[in-house]
This record gives sequence, C-alpha cells and structure tokens, in this order.
Amino acid sequence: MDRVLMKGNEALAEGAILAGCRGFFGYPITPSSEIAEYMARKMPTIGGVFVQAESELAAINMVYGGSSAGFRVMTASSGPGISLKQEGISFLSEGELPCVVVNVSRGGPGLGGIQPSQADYFQATRGGGHGDYHTIVVAPSGVQEMMDLTMQAFYWADYHRIPVMIMLEGTLGNLMEPITVREPVTEFVDKPWATNGCKDRAPNVMNTLHLDSDFLEKRNHHLQAKYEKIQQECKRAETFMIEDADIVIVAFGLMGRIAKKSVSEARKQGVKAGLIRPITLWPFPDDVIKSAAQTAKRFLSVEINMGQMIEDIKLAIEGRVPVEFYGRIGISPNPEEISRQIINIAAREGWI
Amino acid sequence: MKTVFQKPKSLQDNKFHYCPGCTHGIIHRLIAECLDEMDIREKTIGICPVGCSVLAYDYFNFDTLEAAHGRAPAIGTAIKRLLPDRFVFTYQGDGDLASIGMGEIVHASLRGEKITTFFINNTLYGMTGGQMAPTTLLGQVATTCPYGRKAEWEGYPAHMAELLAGNEGAAYICRTAVNSPANVMKTKKAIKKALEVQQRGLGFSMVEILSTCPTNWGLNPVEAMKWMEDKMFPTYPLGEFKCVE
Ligand SMILES: Cc1ncc(C[n+]2csc(CCOP(=O)(O)OP(=O)(O)O)c2C)c(N)n1
Ligand code: SF4
Repeated sequence: MDRVLMKGNEALAEGAILAGCRGFFGYPITPSSEIAEYMARKMPTIGGVFVQAESELAAINMVYGGSSAGFRVMTASSGPGISLKQEGISFLSEGELPCVVVNVSRGGPGLGGIQPSQADYFQATRGGGHGDYHTIVVAPSGVQEMMDLTMQAFYWADYHRIPVMIMLEGTLGNLMEPITVREPVTEFVDKPWATNGCKDRAPNVMNTLHLDSDFLEKRNHHLQAKYEKIQQECKRAETFMIEDADIVIVAFGLMGRIAKKSVSEARKQGVKAGLIRPITLWPFPDDVIKSAAQTAKRFLSVEINMGQMIEDIKLAIEGRVPVEFYGRIGISPNPEEISRQIINIAAREGWI
Repeated sequence: MKTVFQKPKSLQDNKFHYCPGCTHGIIHRLIAECLDEMDIREKTIGICPVGCSVLAYDYFNFDTLEAAHGRAPAIGTAIKRLLPDRFVFTYQGDGDLASIGMGEIVHASLRGEKITTFFINNTLYGMTGGQMAPTTLLGQVATTCPYGRKAEWEGYPAHMAELLAGNEGAAYICRTAVNSPANVMKTKKAIKKALEVQQRGLGFSMVEILSTCPTNWGLNPVEAMKWMEDKMFPTYPLGEFKCVE
C-alpha cells in the first residue's frame, strides 16, 4: 500500500471519497473551507455532486435530501455554521438518515475566533439540536486517523442509520503526515427506505412529524434502543501507559496528541502518568475510564475549552477518584505546560 | 361501462383533512392527474412543506419527504442533482416559501435547479391559526396584524412569481388560481407545463397558485372564492411571467 504525504483536510476529504461519498454540500467558513474547496475540485471528476449552498441551513437540508435519496453525503463547517445546521441534524436524526457532518471547531461563543478549540464538545455530544437524540461523534488526532475515521464514520452512518460528526481542530486539518491510503469501499449497506422513485415497490416516505403521542413515544424508544446498541458497539479510545498510572490524563483530538508527549515527559521526571484519548466522544468510552479509576489516584481532563468533557469523566468515575481540569481557550496548551501541571499535582500529593 | 372519472393513481385512497372550501385538495389532485398523464409517478419525488399541507405525504401515492419549514428547495436540489432523471417537486405555502424559506427558493431559482415548485398562496399562515404572511394583502386583517396590514408597519406583500421570474435560472414562472372550473383547468395546464420544463431540463419552474383559506379568512367557502377574486386578483395578477421555450 502507498505511503503518501498528506494534509489532514485532504486525507479527510479523500477518505470520504474512498468511502463512496458522492455528494458534498458546503458553505465557506474558516477553518473548514479547505474541505469544501477540495470537494469542489474533486467531485466533478468522479461523477459526484458539489453544491456551494446559500447557507449552512440550506447545506444541511441538501444533506437531508441527498441522504434520503440513498447516497453517501457530507457537509463541513465550523462554530456558527454548525449551530445553524442543528435544526437539520435533529431532522436527520429522527429521519434516521445517514450522513457525515464535519466540525472543524473554532472558539466561541458568538463569532469567537478561528484558533483551535474544543468548545463545541457539549453541543456535539448532547445532540445539539432539539429533541432526544445523539449523533456518533469521532475525534481524530492525526492525519491517518482523519482518513480512517472518516471512512469509519460513513460505515457507522449507514449501518446504524445515524448522522456521524467528525470533530477536529483546524491545526489537525493543516497537519502534514505520511499516511497509508486505504482501498476504496466496494460493499455498501442496502437502503430500501430511500426516496428515489417508487418503481416496482410501495412509496417510501421520509417524515419526522408524529402528531400521535403514542407513536412519538414509540419512535423515541426506538431511537434510544439504537443508541444503546451503539454504546455497546462503537466506543473507541486509545490508551497510553495507564496500567500503573497514578495520574491519568484524559484528552481528545489535537489535545490528546499533545498530552501524549506530556505523559512521556512526566514519566521521565518520575511521575507515573498515563493517557486515555477518547476517539469516540459519543459514545463516550466510559468503560476504559471506569477501569482505570480502579487503580489511578487522580484524573486530569485537559481540554481546549473551559471544562466540558470533565463532566463525562466524572459520570464515568462516579466519584471514586478526584478529577481535575486544565484548559485554555483560543490557544492549545503545549506539552510542557501540561507536564508541568502533572508534576505539580504529583508534588502537591506527595508522590514525588 | 366506460369510466369517465376516477381517482388518479398518484393519489392514495385517503380522505383529505383540509377544511371545507380549502383548495389545497384541488391542487393535490391536479398535480396527481398531471403525473398520471405524463406517466411519471414512479419517477417522482415530492417534498412536502411545514404548513397545512404537511400531511401531503398521506395523500400522494409516490415517494415523498417532509421538509423542515421552508427548506424544501434545498432538499429538492440535492435529490435532483444526484438523481437527474427523476422528477422532483416541492409543494409550499406562502409562510414556508416566501418567509422562512425565502433564501432557499431564491437560490434554487438562481441556480436554475431543474425542479418544480408548486407555491400555494392563501395570504396567511393557515396551520398556525391565521397569522400574517409576507403575502398578506394591504389592509387585510390577520391575527398578528389585527388592525389590518399597513405598509408603514408591516411592509408590502411579496410578489413571488414576479420576483423569481427575474432570475436567469428560472425557465417557467406562472401564477394561476383555482377559483373557477376554467381557472382550475388553466392551473392544470400550468402544472403540466412546469413539469415538462423540468423534463426538458430547461431550468427552475414554479406555478404560484392562489388558494383559499375560508377558516382563517372567516368566510364560508363560496364567499372565500369571491374574496379571492375581489381582493387577491388585483394584487396578484394571473398569467405567465417567464416562459423559456
Ligand atoms: C422553524 C419553524 N418555525 C415555525 C413553525 C410553525 N409553523 C408551522 S406551519 C407555519 C406556517 C405555515 O403557513 P403557510 O406556509 O402559509 O402554509 P398554510 O398552512 O397556509 O398552508 C408555521 C409558522 C415551524 N413548524 N417550524
Ligand atoms: S386552515 Fe386554511 S389552509 Fe389550512 S386546511 Fe383550513 S382552510 Fe385550508
């Protein structure tokens, strides 16, 4: 297999194409526009469709249409644009329409800033729009993962009939790394529910209105059962040196990548540190965290926000071990900054 | 025995839920008849709006989607681009199309999307109980312009056919009414023409259809027809506004 040097955003877009994505609907916003620009160049050459929509509202509804027609489709945006897409994501969730939504996150609230951010963690993992629903959320931390998780996202989307969000920071999109380019997907999940013309079958209806309250409740139970199954099957996390760790760092995406260096540095300084990097943010890999909590003395959540994932860590640990937080906004903490935090905690607790 | 009248195949065998004297049902039937006559039922995907016709998927007998409020043209855009040999139409009220969905309809027509829109103009929001729409006439009373629509306060009625006809991507734009048998027949002709424009790939097509809402106008069905003629026709003249051959 070919090893090639690729930029994160390109790897993500190529991963989508390899996964069979044939419709991309976007609206420019920094730092996500590069994905749309790549798709604008690529789609016409492979018989796919690219539309620059008039807004993120229109873009996500194009995704709704394209997915309902039976195609693998994607959109990418950031902060304010992802907020506009939430109505559509809620409809896609109830319609059980597979799709991939990329959030190249930026800081907020409001127009915020374009620096790396993880401030959309709550929005992404709690559904984000109206109603009781979840999307699967994955957070790559390198270029190879940008390709692989994108392909995985399309598979999960089709297999579970659910929107999948890929959350990343702009820095990862611009990162260049050598990767192994995967083979194109050739086997696809059947979509007998697609609204693509009722030749030789009864008409299909894609509908999210349920005025009958019993039926609405039934639909919600159906969705919850699906989410339960996803929780059992899809949790992913990378672990690093957690077996004997006194302190376990939990960090995802770009932060997970940086924190790995800090853990190695802290080990050099005599602190038994370890790292859990959630790869799926929803479902949250609480099993790994729970089992690490049996031996670790302390957890440290490191995030590029004011403390969001820490809530999921605490829920997983159920009060058995203290959880601390370190975060920055508008800038990602560097490895030394985090290793200093780790060493300070170790010194304060008298471990070194 | 010769059959002289029957339910179109493109309609399901369900009773319409519309109020007495509401013309949504007539328009559903005309669309269904045209699809039958063109023999394209199995190739058609209809996109229903949020509004009184939100349940249109219970009446049409072909693939349908129910859109978020105003977004049908965006949904239609993607379906048609990905399945260019299918027929895609949106069915939208005036709140859906001319208010919350103004962006989507204007841009779908600017891009010349090869879809057809049936735009039902009844001058107000039927489903939510008779609030003002962009198409509410000057002087007309609605629950959110209880003193009658005044230009200084609520601005002017939206002329969607005229507005969209100005877009280069629009190939066929027409306004009709369903107030009389003759106008019903004219509406059917316009619906078919719009679908033929789509078939020939000429661009975006829309038929704006003046429709009644006796319930929220506070009139009986007969009075409602007369009100449409007396009040709506002067503001919304019937005819073709664009016809690319
Ligand atoms: C985002 C959103 N805003 C508001 C509503 C409430 N709503 C439902 S129907 C409707 C108006 C529909 O009026 P119109 O398009 O004129 O259709 P009609 O009912 O007259 O046929 C509104 C505002 C909604 N469903 N979604
Ligand atoms: S409220 Fe008006 S538009 Fe709605 S069904 Fe009744 S008459 Fe028709």
